[in-house]
This record gives sequence, structure tokens and C-alpha cells, in this order.
Amino acid sequence: MNDRRVSDDLLRPLLRTSRLFYVLVAILCAGVGLGAVSWYVQLSNGIGVWGLNWPVFWALDLTNFVFWIGISHAGTLISAILRLVNARWRRPVTRSAEAITVFALMIGAMFPIIHLGRPWLVFWMVPYPNDRAMFPNFRSPLVWDFFAISTYLTGSLLFLFLPMIPDLALVRDRTTGFRRKVYGMLALGWTGTTKQWHRLETAMQIMAIAILPVAISVHTVVSFDFSMAQVPMWHSTIFGPYFVAGAIFSGIAALIVAMAVLRRTLHLEQYLHPVHFQNLGKLLLMMSLLWMYFVFAERLTTWYGNEPSEMAVFWATQRGRFAPLYWTMLICNFAIPFPILAIRKLRTITGCVIASLAVLAGMWIERFLIIVPSLSYKHLPYSWGEYRPQPVEITLMISTFFAMALLFTLFAKFVPMISIWELKVGDHPAHEPTPAEQDEVQGLWRAQP
Amino acid sequence: MTRAVYGLYRDPDAAQRAVGRLHAIGVPDREITVISNQPYEEYDFSKRDKSTWMYWIAGVGGSLGLAFGIWLTAATQRAWPLATGGMPDIAPWPTLVVLFELTMLFAILTTVVTMLVTAGLPRRRPRLYDPQVSDGYILVGVEREAADELRRALSADGAEVRTK
Repeated sequence: MNDRRVSDDLLRPLLRTSRLFYVLVAILCAGVGLGAVSWYVQLSNGIGVWGLNWPVFWALDLTNFVFWIGISHAGTLISAILRLVNARWRRPVTRSAEAITVFALMIGAMFPIIHLGRPWLVFWMVPYPNDRAMFPNFRSPLVWDFFAISTYLTGSLLFLFLPMIPDLALVRDRTTGFRRKVYGMLALGWTGTTKQWHRLETAMQIMAIAILPVAISVHTVVSFDFSMAQVPMWHSTIFGPYFVAGAIFSGIAALIVAMAVLRRTLHLEQYLHPVHFQNLGKLLLMMSLLWMYFVFAERLTTWYGNEPSEMAVFWATQRGRFAPLYWTMLICNFAIPFPILAIRKLRTITGCVIASLAVLAGMWIERFLIIVPSLSYKHLPYSWGEYRPQPVEITLMISTFFAMALLFTLFAKFVPMISIWELKVGDHPAHEPTPAEQDEVQGLWRAQP
Repeated sequence: MTRAVYGLYRDPDAAQRAVGRLHAIGVPDREITVISNQPYEEYDFSKRDKSTWMYWIAGVGGSLGLAFGIWLTAATQRAWPLATGGMPDIAPWPTLVVLFELTMLFAILTTVVTMLVTAGLPRRRPRLYDPQVSDGYILVGVEREAADELRRALSADGAEVRTK
């Protein structure tokens, strides 16, 4: 594809703004404003306005925390894996994925702060010398969260920003006035010398290697918030990998939905092909099967163990008051996506989006079902209790989806949503190996003495 | 007074030939600047400056993070001992989580700083640059007086030669 045309197509959303954009931003801001009002109500009246009550002290806020941290696995993890295996089809996908990671992390990390009730004391989590002579307790999983999420957010921001630099330089050269100054500053004076390209690619390689275990650790640590506690159906060694699998599962689903929206609204049909959706659809299918395997392993072990406190939670979810949610979760996470993604004819863009929306709903319910039923049915029956979400929590939760859409919309307005230089590299003709490289490859096949 | 001369080439093959001609008239490799809006790994002009210590430096950064983590967890827990769940003051398993995160954080930060420093970023005004690079042209230039032989070497292949 022509070099200039690629740049023109992908920079068009940045250089032209339609009225629809302002209308959309206004609607999304209103949604976020609703959340801000809810939070204000909560700050003014205390967390008593939520439905939290003994023994259920974690509910929608923690559900949203786990859900959004899970969504954040869409990007950096997928992008890093695809970069390391040098998958050519990754090129139009990675930037959206990395942006989702950063925004989802920002939203997810807000919830423990909101949950504090007194968010202005959050700095007590930060380990620094202070007058109180107190430091965080490193044996608390919530402190591990602080370190894991901070590392992942920092790494993901840099992982998103570094490959953006050449594209920002491109925008700098195409704009004038104030915008040129801003993009010039963001581009850090990038020119594109051979040395700069080598350093950038090496840095991305190292970051991809480093960010993979960090991404896995983040959701493992989030699972530790639960599995370190002696609560029925939480205290389980399966929780780490189960959470990671669920996170990647919901992350891929979010990525598919975001890409479909971008394709439609920014007219990126020539860049986001059906094959991209099909490949991501295959990944989603694999994760659906893996998730189902984990659910089966967890359920079978609990049922076989027949431990009374665990069975109370088990039956409450399978045929008790949480059963409608439980079976909806199974339908959304397996019964709907499996046939759509397994049957080739159904694995279209629309099919992938339907499956992904189902998975997103299913995974949110899954997070809720991990938290609330276990807290509702603790070891001693006299401590059992109920939880009903209140309007303040519900509006706050809904507003996070508006926040995600708003951040994504604004990002798409100011930064090319497809990495232009990486896309152009993908158009290079296949590299003809030099004689030295051919010798090296043949050497690998020679029998060693 | 001109301080740099460069040619703008439509395709990487022409840029490669221009680099070859500059070599032929005795311009050393380190003085030749090649600028493009995408990496061309298949071409010889792109093979320069490839060796790097970045992997090792990232490792050193990670080690520093580990050392900082050990100091942070040990020193702070000794300064304010909190009895928690029968665990020792410096509990090895929970501390490992913090150590791992700090190791990776420092490795990542070191990588980024190394990348920026070695790539000469950030800088205010690029010394040798032309905005046409963004349109797909490849710039091959030399930062020295625009002698005739330099102009000839750069202008072959119908390239536009400019001075700065």
C-alpha cells in the first residue's frame, strides 16, 4: 500500500473533527459526570450508601476492580506475546490493545481507592519515611496490589508510548501552530535515524519480555486478595491461574469489541481485515475452553471434597439464589461463544463481536459470583447475610464504562489508532536471506558431533 | 554557511546506492546519516549501530531494583515490626512478590532511560532532518561542507539535494 496513503488514512481522524465527535464526547462526559456525582454522594454520606453490610463488605466495587484489571490484560499481554512471536497480523491490533490496557488499569485501580471510603488517605499505602514512623505491611496482599498495579501501569504506559513516538513525529510534520508544538514535544525530537530505530526496537523487545511476567503477576496478585483469606471457595491454589485465564479471556473480548467500533467509526476497513477478527476469535475460543476447564476443575474439586462451608457456597450458586447469575455466566462465557467461534462460517466480524459482548457480560458476572456468594456464606451459618446493590454503586459502575469509552474516544482523536510505521514495515517485501544467513540456518540442521 | 548536505530518495534501494557512493568517495560510515519514517532492516544501511548493551543494562537495572526491594522491605519492617498471622517480621514468601515487582519495574525503567539516552532523545531541534521524511522519503546526508563531490554522490539517481 502507498506510504503516503497509509499516513493520510490513519491521520485523517486526527486532522478532521466531525460534529458527531463532539456529541459523542458530550454524552460520554455526562455518563462520567453521573459517576462523579455518585462518588460525591458516597463521600458526603459515607460508604453506608452502598449495599455493603456484614458479612458482605466487598461487592460491586471489588467486582469492578477485578473486572477492569482483567480487561487490562487485553493489551500489553497480547501485544507482547504477538511481538515476541513476530506475528505479522498483530500490526493493526497492538495500539488499540495497549491503549485498552492503560485505560482499564486506570479505571480498575480507582476502585480500591474508592472502596477506602476516605480516598485522601491512599498515600498511606506508599512506602516513604514519614512522621508516623509507619510503613505498609508487606505481608498484606493489598500492598502487593499496590506494587503490582503500579509496575504494570508504568510498564504499560511506556509500552504504549515508546512505539507511538515515530507516529507522533509524523503528526508533528503534518500539523502547524499549537498542535505542531504539542506533537513536537511529545515526539521528543524523533527523526528516525537508523540508530533510533534499532534502539526503539530493542527496547520494545526487552519491554515485551519484561511485561509478560508482570502482566501475569498482576492478576495473580489480584487473585491473592481472595485466595489468601480463609473464606469458602476462595482459599484455593487454582485461583492464580484461574484469574489470569479469565483476565486474558475478557481482555481479548474487549479488544475485539473496541476494534470493531474503531473499524466502523474511523472507516478502517482497509486496515482491520476480517482475518484480524478471526485470529482474535480463535484466541477467544481457546480461552473460552480454558476458562471452562478451570470452572470444571474448581467445581469438581469442591463437590468431591464436600466440605460443608464450601458446599453452602457451591449450592447457593448452582441452585440457590445466585443460580440465575451462575447459569447466565456459563451461557455467556461458553454456550454462546463456543459455537459462534468454533464454526468457521459463524466466525465473522459480527459473530466475533456478539461472542465478545457475551463474554464481557459473563466475565463481569463471574467476578461478582467469586466475591459476593463466598462472603454471604461464610463458615458459620449465623454469619450468613445478603447483599443488594444500591443506586450509588450501580451508577458508579455504569459510569466506568462511559469513562472507558471516553478515554478511548479521546485517545483515538489525538493519536493514530493503528501504529503507522509498524503497518508500513509489514508491507515490506519478504526478506531474501543473505548467503551468510543461509549458512547459519543450514548450520542449525547439521548434525553436531 | 552550509553545515550539512543531504539527498532525499524515494525508495530504499536508491538510498542504499547513495550510501555506497558516499563510501566510495571516502566518507566514513559514522559520518553518514540515514533517516527514514520506518525501519528498513533488510538493507545494509540499516545494519549500522545495531550492537547494543541494552539487554545487559536492563539486567543491571533489574538487579538494582532487587537490591532496593530487599532494602525497602527489610529496613522498613525492622523499623516498625508488625506481628501478622504468626509470620516472621521479614516474611520471605510475601516479600518475594514485592521484590519481583520492583525488579521488573527497575528493569523496565532502565530500558526506557537507556533507549532515550542512546537514541539521543529528547532533543529540541533535530540537526539533520527534513519533514519530507514523513512522506516516505529517505534522507541520506552528511554533516560537513557541501563539496561538489558530495553533491554529485548524493544527486545521482535523480535525488533532490539540499543543504542546511
